[in-house]
Amino acid sequence: MAAYSINVNGETKKVDVLPDTPLLWVLRDSLGLVGTKYGCGIAQCGSCTVHVNGTAARSCSLPISAVGKNSITTIEGLSEKGDHPVQLAWMEVDVPQCGYCQAGQIMNAAALLAKTPSPTEDQIATAMNGNICRCGTYHRIKEAIVIASSKMK
Amino acid sequence: MNTLSKTNRRDFIKLGMAAGSGLVLGFSWREGAASSLEVLNESALPAGLVDFNSYLSISTDNVITIFSPNPELGQNIKTSFPMIVAEELDADWKKVKVVQAVLDTKKYERQLTGGSGAIPHSWERLRKAGATARHMLLEAAAKRWKTSAGSLTTKEGNVIHADGRKLSYGELATDAASVPVPTEVKLKDKKDFKIIGQPIHNVDNLEMVTGQPLFGLDFYREGMLFAMIQRPASFGMKIKSVDSAAAKAMQGIVDVVTFKNNVAVVGKSTWEVNKARKALKIEYEKEGNIESTTDHDRIFKESLDRTDATVRRKDGDVDAAFKSAAQVIKREYQCPFLSHSPMEPMNFFAHVRPDGVELVGPSQTPDMARNATATLLGIAPDKITLELTRLGGGFGRRLKADYVLEAAELSSIIKAPVKVAWTREDDMMGGSYRPAVRYRFEAALDAKGNLTGYKLRGVGINANNSTREDNFPSGAVENLLIDSIDHQSPITTGAWRAPITNFLAFAEQAFLDEVALAAKKDPIQFRLALLEKAKTSPTGAIKYDIDRMKGVINLAAEKSGWGTKKNLAQGFSVYFSHRSYVAQVAEVEMKQGTPVLKKIYAAADCGIVVNMSGARQQVMGGIVDGLGHALYGQVTFKDGAAEQTNFNNYRLIRYREVPEVEVHFVDNGIDPTGLGEPALPPTGGAVANAIFKATGKRVYNQPFTLQDEMKGVKLGEKL
Repeated sequence: MAAYSINVNGETKKVDVLPDTPLLWVLRDSLGLVGTKYGCGIAQCGSCTVHVNGTAARSCSLPISAVGKNSITTIEGLSEKGDHPVQLAWMEVDVPQCGYCQAGQIMNAAALLAKTPSPTEDQIATAMNGNICRCGTYHRIKEAIVIASSKMK
Repeated sequence: MNTLSKTNRRDFIKLGMAAGSGLVLGFSWREGAASSLEVLNESALPAGLVDFNSYLSISTDNVITIFSPNPELGQNIKTSFPMIVAEELDADWKKVKVVQAVLDTKKYERQLTGGSGAIPHSWERLRKAGATARHMLLEAAAKRWKTSAGSLTTKEGNVIHADGRKLSYGELATDAASVPVPTEVKLKDKKDFKIIGQPIHNVDNLEMVTGQPLFGLDFYREGMLFAMIQRPASFGMKIKSVDSAAAKAMQGIVDVVTFKNNVAVVGKSTWEVNKARKALKIEYEKEGNIESTTDHDRIFKESLDRTDATVRRKDGDVDAAFKSAAQVIKREYQCPFLSHSPMEPMNFFAHVRPDGVELVGPSQTPDMARNATATLLGIAPDKITLELTRLGGGFGRRLKADYVLEAAELSSIIKAPVKVAWTREDDMMGGSYRPAVRYRFEAALDAKGNLTGYKLRGVGINANNSTREDNFPSGAVENLLIDSIDHQSPITTGAWRAPITNFLAFAEQAFLDEVALAAKKDPIQFRLALLEKAKTSPTGAIKYDIDRMKGVINLAAEKSGWGTKKNLAQGFSVYFSHRSYVAQVAEVEMKQGTPVLKKIYAAADCGIVVNMSGARQQVMGGIVDGLGHALYGQVTFKDGAAEQTNFNNYRLIRYREVPEVEVHFVDNGIDPTGLGEPALPPTGGAVANAIFKATGKRVYNQPFTLQDEMKGVKLGEKL
């Protein structure tokens, strides 16, 4: 076990875990931030997407020992009241079916729009292709990203 | 969580009462129990109020609370059920609060998710529940205004007097509680629906987009232990010996327990048990058949020619029809096993105490899970509570209780609260699967191209009846034989979204496309002619509605501009499954010699659409699901072990691979007939038929992308 001090959603959190513990399980088991989901554990599905210094990253494959002073944002910290343009667009379009993958989808979309506020269809597809939705809500994900993009301009 | 636990449910009711009572209508959702509606007012409130959890309540501050009993896995039932109640109540939807009910077989019937059956099953009683409360509110208002209830109307949570005065439901709720419960209530005329049919958004949207705890895996309890279970990697094997010394010595591990064919590693965190599980040394030995996909291929070939198949339907004289045929068409189709792979892997929380058992988690069949747990532990079912979380997908996997039982058994052994979680690899390699099936279809055509004989043989691996003998075209062919053979395998299988029809529909609709071509007829006209024959001179029993099937065929043809598009190859498919009808037209465009799937049109008849937003997505998602698995999905076996282990080698459809989808509904006013599954089965056939039209190549086996016929063909590429 080792003690780590990490920056999550603007707060410093202290945890005592095995050094190879993926950030995903630190968030879920140690910090009670369960919005970040486990889907595959091998960075294939995107359910566990968080932001590391604003960039989308797969928390299932990021060991706590590598987090360092980097700033982590989870779905719980994306906005204070669930009013980030991407979250609002997701509700406006009524995207979720089962909803399990959606936090990862939203975090990925938010990171895309932060860097590329007016993405082309191809840029959206390239960014979102790494996130699996087993229910098949891809059409609505696209619609929501287009709406969020228009509101972030 | 949105599920009320036992404790806060009691608090919730107390608070509701303390706030000035209001109307609490305890209505039973059970069949034939309409007369057992009970008004619960303060004086009538029994001490054991927790029993009355199947209620609709209207508080004096105008909050309408509706409990939704069925498991929610993305079919949108948690939103749609309360919409039906609110419609007849004439509630203001913005003031409706929906709460997921716990398992309660005394109050709810068919508290399960499966078979696209929830709305059809509950439609009438939900309407009655809302209409009953509305009637009582009207009577209360009439009394207060000293007028007749018949002269009053309701709108968005208010009773309105002819002179324009109004009283909110909240203001009337306490008075309404003393109105006798009517035994008969008048339901709304469907043309007056204001909530039903609207695109009402998912009631859990805010929680989902902000990452609130909703799902089973999100359930944590102070003092709870974490567990992962090592199950045999090969079907047909059992444990010979376990060496758990190394695992037990690892950081955070509390215990290692062996039961049945399971070795459970119990510890203080997910990662610690995950690591320790890898340190287990387990030897296995043969217990049953050890099968590989090559064995199944051989079994399929042999079984297609066997003479001892189970006859499912026999009409007329098939042998004579084929002997006298001008043309015979014979084709075979095969599909592999599929993993359900809901995004949330299997998990359940169990706490087995001396005085009772607490279960929490995602299940499509909570009642069955509880009864199985009761049998396992040798206790009465009423000693077990089961709290339903939201399900991160199901697709049929969570109809089974295996993952509930192992959590309960482990908790009973270690005498502690424990959450058992499966990894993706556990889920993909541990069953249960969509059964692998091979079909042989044969058609006899006379000289004029009439279908005079039809044969279907289904061979399945743990598929039971791999046919749907009463589906189309049964009834439209005078001489018909449908039979099946089932091979019993240690590889576990189960219902996978649109069981059997998820592949049978592809095979049948691809076959009929070839038969129509051989008969020199347009594929749609060929089907319509068969339906006309089934209507005017039916053969045997017909279980599908001919006019409804014609309705979706004609709507899909109209919306897709069937036969009018010069530069696009169109493929058609139509299927009846569960109680609903869906026709689809797929469009493929040739681009530099490569066929590109551009668009799929869907025409669905599920009767009245309750929630237009949820229903549209249900069809779109069903098509994406059907397309993805037709293109990519397969689980193969080597020496009893699944060769696919995770999403790196089990391919699911992704964002870039979906074509445009356009959805239309038949508006016929029929009571709802269900939509969770029926949009999936037709997709594979429509796509394969369009590919053929574009390339001249027929694909017979799934997954399409691995077949020789599809080499060099680019599928599902979005532009």
